Amino acid sequence: MSEAVFYIFAVAAVAGATLCILQRNPVASAMWLMSTMFSLAAIYVLLGAELIGILQILVYVGAIMVVFLFVIMLLNLTHATSDMRGPGTVGATVVIISLLLIELLALWRYTPRRLAAELAQAPVLADPATVFAAGELSRQEAAARGVVGALAAPLFQIYLVPFEITSILLLAAIVGAVVLAKRKI
Amino acid sequence: MTGPTFLGPALGLSAVLFSLGVAGVLLRRNAIVLFMCIELMLNAVNLTFVALAQLHGASGYIMVLFVMTVAAAEAAVGLAIILAVFRQRQSVDLQNINLLRG
Repeated sequence: MSEAVFYIFAVAAVAGATLCILQRNPVASAMWLMSTMFSLAAIYVLLGAELIGILQILVYVGAIMVVFLFVIMLLNLTHATSDMRGPGTVGATVVIISLLLIELLALWRYTPRRLAAELAQAPVLADPATVFAAGELSRQEAAARGVVGALAAPLFQIYLVPFEITSILLLAAIVGAVVLAKRKI
Repeated sequence: MTGPTFLGPALGLSAVLFSLGVAGVLLRRNAIVLFMCIELMLNAVNLTFVALAQLHGASGYIMVLFVMTVAAAEAAVGLAIILAVFRQRQSVDLQNINLLRG
């Protein structure tokens, strides 16, 4: 059952991404990208990351893509002409993408058991439950403390310094955006 | 939740989405669509993090939060740059933006 749901959303995500890069109108592109992000949110929930799924909708669809739409409409780009590159670049892109896909699609064969065997370098003995004890531990933590608590504890303990650094990054981004968007610097 | 599920299919899907993002960056000349393709690539990477976080614990989810923050900062600054360039050139077509080409 969840297998079927996963593949439905996977096909929806790939179709949305394909249409996003092929649409001539930037607004249509943004809308298809939003549909891809919604499908990805559903897939996150299927993978057991409910909080990340919600944040995907709130942050990506609700904030980032809305900023994109604001800028597209501010610049009045809605009836743009085709901006595809020439046939030479298209050919080169097809070659590059095929090579990249061949490399990356090797990932499709991975199961937890296979990954455990490769990481432990002992194909006979490796048991995913022992090699990936951390995953099981965090699942128990999520069951005990709730999804948000299980994520908040490491965020504010182990990852406190990176967390503070991202706040500096956001401050720099705010200042940068305001300075760049002013009419006269 | 039972044990890890969909590891291979999720990694494969993220590979396909990442490749589509690269294709978009290479094919389009509209700077805004190019930015959206970069967001698509970041989303694909997030999917990889979430899929592997099933095995390696909550660190993967926290990395996704950081990627989202960086994506938001990047979108804000990048779109401000596009606005500034549009005021100068009246266009967001990358073919008309060749000041650094010399």
